[in-house]
Amino acid sequence: MKEMMNANELRKKYLVEDMMPTIFCNGCGHGNALDYVFWAMEELELDLDKVAFTSGIGCSSRIPGYINADGLHTTHGRALAFSTGLKAARPDMDVIVFTGDGDCTGIGGNHFIHAARRNIDITVILLNNFIYGMTGGQQAPTAPIGSIATTSPYGNIEQAFNICELAKALGAAYVARWPVSHPYQPIKSIKEGIQKEGFALIELMSPCPTAYGRRNKLGNIEKLWQWYDDNTILMEEYDKIMDYGTEEEKEAIKSMIQIGVFQDEEKPGFFEAYDELVDRLIEIDDKKAQGGK
Amino acid sequence: MKYERDPERIRRVLGDKVQFIQGDIAVAYGGLLAGVGFFGGYPITPASEVAEGMARMLPRVKGTFIQMEDEIGSMAAIIGASWGGQKTMTATSGPGFSLMMENYGYAIMTETPCVIANVQRTGPSTGQPTLGAQGDMMQVRWGSHGDMVAIALCPSTVQECLDMTIECFNLSEKYRHPVVLMTDGEVGHLREKVIIPDEDEMELFERIPATIDKDKFIPFTNSQTRDSKVPDFPAFGTGYRTYVTGLTHNKMGYPATDKQKDHEELITRIITKITDDREILTDVEEIELEDAEIAFVTYGASARPAESVVRMGRKNGIKIGMLRIKLAWPFPRRVINELSKKVNTIIVPEMNLGQMVHPITEYADAGCKIVSAQKIGGEMHLPDELYKILEAEL
Repeated sequence: MKEMMNANELRKKYLVEDMMPTIFCNGCGHGNALDYVFWAMEELELDLDKVAFTSGIGCSSRIPGYINADGLHTTHGRALAFSTGLKAARPDMDVIVFTGDGDCTGIGGNHFIHAARRNIDITVILLNNFIYGMTGGQQAPTAPIGSIATTSPYGNIEQAFNICELAKALGAAYVARWPVSHPYQPIKSIKEGIQKEGFALIELMSPCPTAYGRRNKLGNIEKLWQWYDDNTILMEEYDKIMDYGTEEEKEAIKSMIQIGVFQDEEKPGFFEAYDELVDRLIEIDDKKAQGGK
Repeated sequence: MKYERDPERIRRVLGDKVQFIQGDIAVAYGGLLAGVGFFGGYPITPASEVAEGMARMLPRVKGTFIQMEDEIGSMAAIIGASWGGQKTMTATSGPGFSLMMENYGYAIMTETPCVIANVQRTGPSTGQPTLGAQGDMMQVRWGSHGDMVAIALCPSTVQECLDMTIECFNLSEKYRHPVVLMTDGEVGHLREKVIIPDEDEMELFERIPATIDKDKFIPFTNSQTRDSKVPDFPAFGTGYRTYVTGLTHNKMGYPATDKQKDHEELITRIITKITDDREILTDVEEIELEDAEIAFVTYGASARPAESVVRMGRKNGIKIGMLRIKLAWPFPRRVINELSKKVNTIIVPEMNLGQMVHPITEYADAGCKIVSAQKIGGEMHLPDELYKILEAEL
């Protein structure tokens, strides 16, 4: 086991001091998520010269600017398409994407679908705060039914996007969801995601007391963290109750948000498959060249 | 695996030195010769053959071809791959070009070298997919929001599709700017003879990599190693730990979204790094202009019928000449101004309702008459039609 750093040492190694303070509000969970990524990288002993962070637009997408590594802060929703190109050019680098629920599944939904379907070898840290925070609190595709936003002032009537289920259906190699209110599971999943060949999605439920909490009687950060505890359930627990529980128990959990590791598969990532294709063609061409015309 | 240009392999894949091929395929050939390592594309008529050519050839030279989910993604992917240090390219037509405007602006703002081939078709919207046009000449110049400049080249022949694609890469690498090949459905689907240049018949320019001490490197300012407004390129993975953002950024690359001076300095630099070289970039062909009293000013496919008319006119004793603009943006202001002082009338045939005629009018002498010869609907001007327009001006 590697000797543990303290928080100050970690900060010194990974953060860009010139960019401090961050844009994050009091109580925002994005700082926790960033911290977890640092711990994961530290435990994996990643070389910061060989990791690139990419992002789209929104609060969560500002994170790469705070990390002492190469960072590509791109256009709204497009980070995964940029990352696909970057990874193609530098397959030796780890590409870690920071994105938000609006960025990734609203405007960026199509890129998300195809990056997951292609099993592009990148790690996506999706910070889901149920809201468009940076622009002041508009309704997100992940907003719970009934929640209030500036563009759903009478309550949201749309079904929320279940991002992990979608990624799982698309065949992503690794899919997990955790609230940021507990550190160990997110850190473990981030580590597993980075090490995984292929597409890894780690959805972290990250509280936004300013734009989401205040309008939904959850402005106090303690209340928001409590809300996570009250409204999430481990997926194994969920399945057990659904299989063996009473009707009352089933009713009580049916609208809860499942957390845990949704998918963890070993399969070739896109670039591994591509390299095999290239090797096959090169071998044929070289044989032809050696044998004359 | 990381792409490295392998001339022997490229030439083996391209085949014979002299070939009879389509303009679109010549674009793909040009890209391969220039050393493209990544191509991201999406099917669209009349540009699909470029992507098809790349899909066929690029894996065989160890490059990467990916058919992306849309043109927004194609443009994004080539920018991402460019930051990985590779030469990158996409190809599209009008509807796709519209979708690319978002990240075209991002490439300009972040000074990312990459090449886009726009095989123009009629519009707006879906228009006439299989038919050529020159309707995007202003879009390439002004299409992204905010202040910007463009570098755009216009091939008139299949050979130029190949040669100018290489030139697009060179300019893109030199100025760290997205460079656009503004071809069209006519030239794109035209079959002509092309000669593939040998290694010693081509000049390839590579972006200047960042080399100075990492602690002293300033990523978004004038070059620290040369007399140039184009900064040296800190490719990802080379240890420079560069932050790249489409937000207004200061010299270090950090967001400076509320600072007037930083914005002014950045935008002025990324525009003047190109416009300062307007004269160097100017590329025109002059035909029978020595004693001309009237002239066509043309570009791309429109130059072909116009050239025939010059020959017809000369046979009949008309002092007609032609100036063909090969690099449309930055606009060749001086050349147009000088021509307008020499001839009485300039006729501008275009496959649109008058686009390049606007900068021509803007920079021409007030004493010179400017005539816009317009044709839309996916057909080129016939020489006879242009001849009538010429006769009317005599």
